[in-house]
Amino acid sequence: MRNKFTTLVSTAVPLPIENIDTDQIIPARFLKATTREGFGENLFRDWRYDAEGNPKPDFAMNSPLYNGEILVAGKNFGCGSSREHAAWAIAGAGFRAVVSSFFADIFRNNALNNGLLPVTVSEAMAAEIFRAIGENPATELRIDLAAQTIEIVGTPRKESFDIAPYKKQCLMNGYDDVDYLVSIRTEIEAFEQKQKQKR
Amino acid sequence: MNTLFDKIWDAHTVKVLDGGSCVLYIDRQYIHEVTSPQAFAGLRERGIGVFRPSQVTASPDHNIPTADQHLPIAEPQSAAQVAALCRNCDENGITIFPIGSQRNGIIHVMGPETGLTRPGMTIVCGDSHTSTHGALGCVAFGIGTSEVEMALASQCILQSKPKSMRINVEGELRRGVCSKDIILYIISKLGTGGGTGHFVEFAGSAIRSLSMEARMTICNMSIEMGARGGMIAPDETTFEYLRGREFAPQGAEWDAAVERWSALKSEPDAVFDKEVTFDAADIEPMITYGTNPGMGVAVNGAIPASDGASFDKALDYMGFREGEKMAGKRVDYVFVGSCTNGRIEDLRAFASLVEGRRKAPNVTAWIVPGSKQVERQAIEEGLRDKLEAAGFTLRQPGCSACLAMNEDKIPAGKYCVATSNRNFEGRQGPEARTMLAGPLVAAAAAVTGVVTDPRDLMKPDETRQK
Repeated sequence: MRNKFTTLVSTAVPLPIENIDTDQIIPARFLKATTREGFGENLFRDWRYDAEGNPKPDFAMNSPLYNGEILVAGKNFGCGSSREHAAWAIAGAGFRAVVSSFFADIFRNNALNNGLLPVTVSEAMAAEIFRAIGENPATELRIDLAAQTIEIVGTPRKESFDIAPYKKQCLMNGYDDVDYLVSIRTEIEAFEQKQKQKR
Repeated sequence: MNTLFDKIWDAHTVKVLDGGSCVLYIDRQYIHEVTSPQAFAGLRERGIGVFRPSQVTASPDHNIPTADQHLPIAEPQSAAQVAALCRNCDENGITIFPIGSQRNGIIHVMGPETGLTRPGMTIVCGDSHTSTHGALGCVAFGIGTSEVEMALASQCILQSKPKSMRINVEGELRRGVCSKDIILYIISKLGTGGGTGHFVEFAGSAIRSLSMEARMTICNMSIEMGARGGMIAPDETTFEYLRGREFAPQGAEWDAAVERWSALKSEPDAVFDKEVTFDAADIEPMITYGTNPGMGVAVNGAIPASDGASFDKALDYMGFREGEKMAGKRVDYVFVGSCTNGRIEDLRAFASLVEGRRKAPNVTAWIVPGSKQVERQAIEEGLRDKLEAAGFTLRQPGCSACLAMNEDKIPAGKYCVATSNRNFEGRQGPEARTMLAGPLVAAAAAVTGVVTDPRDLMKPDETRQK
């Protein structure tokens, strides 16, 4: 069982940069662990820290203004390498949802498989969120998975988002794909038999 | 649905869940040391074994050294990861091609060259460049570690079916243009998100004319435009490539397989969700100037005007300015290798241009074969001798400076012309600056020490098309 996701109300950390690739999220030199833990401290390592390991003050995660469980990023977030370590790093740093106007496919799946909710919004909504946070870093976002909506709290700005129905069920109930697939091994064996006969 | 992609995907769909998620059967799974340990740990926690170990093949590639492979790996974390892969394979009855063994290599070089990858298959690996195998007419794509665990546990994964897209490249390629230039050109036109949500079939006369290895370079980089994968319908070129390979069918089985594979093509009336066509004559030797693979331009061209803050950030990182010509830019390192351009044809192309010339004194060059087989062939064909005569050395196989997980890192601030697939910030080492190109542009840079149009070094009648 994984953690269940229902609703989330939180402030957000803004990263208004396009095409953030998974090498930026977690550089390859930090992929050498054999467990899923500990990646959060190296999230956005080379943007967040200088070569000596000192925090770079101009990076949003290092600013005292911004915090929260939601990361808001520019379009095409998570492109590049398939490394699931990117999702582990974001979740490991305490985020539970990522909001962008466009996600790369593999990252989206990896996030969903780790209880990290990718919320795709319109470009206009993304711009509104960045503007609202820019004007007031205490701005809260409310994400309701059951209703599939995201809103800027205290404003009329509200939008619905798409999610595959199966993945939604998994997130809301804490289901796990491996458990499900193992439970249908008999069906998979029958499929294999059928395939062999076709040859 | 009658596209090549639909035919293979649908034939492998065990069932469709409410809302469209597919249980997709996987014919072959490849694993390496970086994205598999947590998957095996997950199986152990659940107390279940690998469902179909004979359909899984392992080859360590990501963080192995490319020199002194007969010695233990010096870096402790890399050594531990490779040791974990060996242990996990042994415990689960999975075939592994260990470092230094005859079949070891980068997964996406090893799979096709051993004949483990064959037309019509579904193939996954915890590596986004799994799309490479699509060149043989497979549905092959990268997955995350949770999905690696799913496939190990059930030989299936759960995915929504992607949309279909066809990219046609028609006409004859110009002199000095290779397949890397084609794909860099396509990505520069469509952008790094241009294929997102889609599975791409590459077609058209220019694609058909390519060798098998050149096709792999194209499919390899389909992920760099965001596509789930890329594929090319199998044809005589495919069959000739596979014939006689170690794990390819033999005798009567071969004939039956070729007959089956010959049906793997999109029907004439197939409809794609998205279709674009390019003219091969428009494509020139390419190079990238920015920090994503879509930021490419003709090597004899100039950096385009800025289109916003993300563009400016990229140019700032590279130390370039809009409007500057690429030719003549300083080059400190040249990297030839990776699952994109680490095959024998790439080494041949590079060697053909450096032969009779000398490595520029300001350039450090790493020439890294994609596999032991490529290394062996390079030695047997005399390519290594040619390289050494020109001042280059041939290293041992591995992913190397493509992602710099081993010792092969480009130092901060240095410029590297790389035949690999990603020019992201820090990809080749913290603050390293990468310019992606094909093996001919890399060769021209290696002998002149600056970005150079390879056609300037070629005789007028040379084409060196791949």
